[in-house]
Amino acid sequence: MSAVVSPIREPLVRGHKTYHQITEDICAPTERTPGLAWVLAFTVAVAFLALYVFAVAWTVWFGIGTWDLNRTIGWGWDITNFVWWIGIGHAGTLISAILLLFRQKWRTGVNRAAEAMTIFAVVCAGQFPLIHMGRLWLGFFVFPYPNTRGPLWVNFNSPLLWDVFAISTYFTVSLLFWYTGLVPDLATLRDRSKGLRRKLYDMFSFSWTGAAKHWQRWEYLSLVLAGLATPLVLSVHTIVSFDFATSVIPGWHTTIFPPYFVAGAVFSGFAMVQSLMIIARKVLNLKDYITIEHIESMNKVILVTGTVVGVAYLTELYIAWYSGYIYEQFAFYNRVFGPYYWSYIGMMACNVLSPQIFWVKKFRRNIFLTFLLSIFINIGMWFERFVIIATTLARDFLPSSWSYYSPTWVEISLFLGSLGLFFTLFLLFTRLAPVVAIAEIKHILKSAGDQYTGPEATHKHEAH
Amino acid sequence: MNSETKRILFGLYDDDEQVLDAVRKAKSDHLDIMDVYSPFPVHGMDEALGLKESRLHIAGFIYGALGTLTAFGFMTWVFTRDWPIIFGGKPYWSVPAFIPITFELTVLFAAVGMTVTFYAVSRLWPGAGNPILHPRITDDKFCIAFDTTTCDEGEISRLKNFFEATGASLVETKEVSEEA
Repeated sequence: MSAVVSPIREPLVRGHKTYHQITEDICAPTERTPGLAWVLAFTVAVAFLALYVFAVAWTVWFGIGTWDLNRTIGWGWDITNFVWWIGIGHAGTLISAILLLFRQKWRTGVNRAAEAMTIFAVVCAGQFPLIHMGRLWLGFFVFPYPNTRGPLWVNFNSPLLWDVFAISTYFTVSLLFWYTGLVPDLATLRDRSKGLRRKLYDMFSFSWTGAAKHWQRWEYLSLVLAGLATPLVLSVHTIVSFDFATSVIPGWHTTIFPPYFVAGAVFSGFAMVQSLMIIARKVLNLKDYITIEHIESMNKVILVTGTVVGVAYLTELYIAWYSGYIYEQFAFYNRVFGPYYWSYIGMMACNVLSPQIFWVKKFRRNIFLTFLLSIFINIGMWFERFVIIATTLARDFLPSSWSYYSPTWVEISLFLGSLGLFFTLFLLFTRLAPVVAIAEIKHILKSAGDQYTGPEATHKHEAH
Repeated sequence: MNSETKRILFGLYDDDEQVLDAVRKAKSDHLDIMDVYSPFPVHGMDEALGLKESRLHIAGFIYGALGTLTAFGFMTWVFTRDWPIIFGGKPYWSVPAFIPITFELTVLFAAVGMTVTFYAVSRLWPGAGNPILHPRITDDKFCIAFDTTTCDEGEISRLKNFFEATGASLVETKEVSEEA
């Protein structure tokens, strides 16, 4: 039954697992009392979440004037954070959808956690445009609903509205995709538990039974959702980039933005997956399922997308010079040598130079180095969005309105607080649901388990 | 609704290839399998059981097309009939600007519609109360179930022989109530 597997492929499931052992290993973290590491991490995350709530309340009460934005620089940390989080929220769907269509088996080890991360990152991202509106309670104005003002409709020609549609669709579809994958695994948890816990898991698993017809439809649904999510994930950051690219501001008005934003999004998303998974595989004892092989595969994606982003940075500079358009040239001169030169240096160093070490196989397979670099990339990608937004706005057409902007404690708290929100959600997830897709790992066991393939194989399959 | 009791005879197998062989044998012996349950999709099971291809993707296409029409039609109506406004000197009916939202709603309708349809036709929702024959079915056992409510002794022993012959590791009878 198993597909032909090249003998040089490394096994993706180690430790000679049986189906039952897989269930035991992956369910264990949700069934034992949380360890000290989890409790500490959760406490810190909730503390930051509290800071977030406080900063949001402060903003709503006093208005966004507390952010020190000014007439020249109207977008600051808030939109930077928005784009950063949305970018991070791309890896999950990329791993689960695009890699599913390409039949990349290594996706099964990390897809569940990456999709969860995607959803939580999009939750964080969605907050910032809302907070930026100032009047949070009127956020629903962005949707075209019949109203008593005419009805007055929203502007369907505006990229900001496209964003609303793109992000809400992306969130919904990612959630459905993730949850549908989760349903059979929640049923596994249900059948291992008793009492109230069993009742709850039965509710959340929709009374899943594992019938053959259900599995057939489930596979169809997963495949079609993957097919839908693939262009969707590419469209989301494309549309986010339209927020900038369809404006007439030099430095933003460029056709390279959509592909460059998408590559950057994948780049930062994989970096965040690495940061989380390297800790999770250790703390949750999942090293047999999230192997060095998985980490190396993701590092290859990081290397490619990081280099694509680097090429985009250089292309922008070249095109600015080649265009012969002085405003464009000034915008880019200003990006590199202007008042925010330090953020440009940070961006270049973290995003373009540092991933180049992954050309060396030894470094790609080094866990500590991967972790360090994933943090670097997260910082670098934040700088990238800051460079695009703040440096461009700081020097506009009128020298009299040139200004400089630095965030207040409110904006910094909002950013740190959103990290708190993200980690609170993620830590809860590791306690409530299986972090690795149990059914999918079992499905690939006979073609990717180390007892079936690789140098230690004991059950060599004959070709069926 | 009156609830009916079904008597189900089921056997558990330890391996996916074993259960697949058993299903094939049951089919050639003309045994009427009620259902097969497994912890993960067993490839080849659809053909072995003779399941028809799912039509879920057709439903998905229809939902998607509905999304396309809804989005494009609505924006056209708003900008040409209900409240025409000129934005940036462009025509009222500026089709290129409608593409992003049309695309997004197509995906949204198709995905939401298909998912809801999937759960509805599969009778899966919170509190659906589908009977669970054995707790290990979602773990590592593969199950073939027969509905023996109306079977006589001879038929039941024939099924039991089948389980023995195909190497089932556990054979049990369970009464489940089903709302009819």
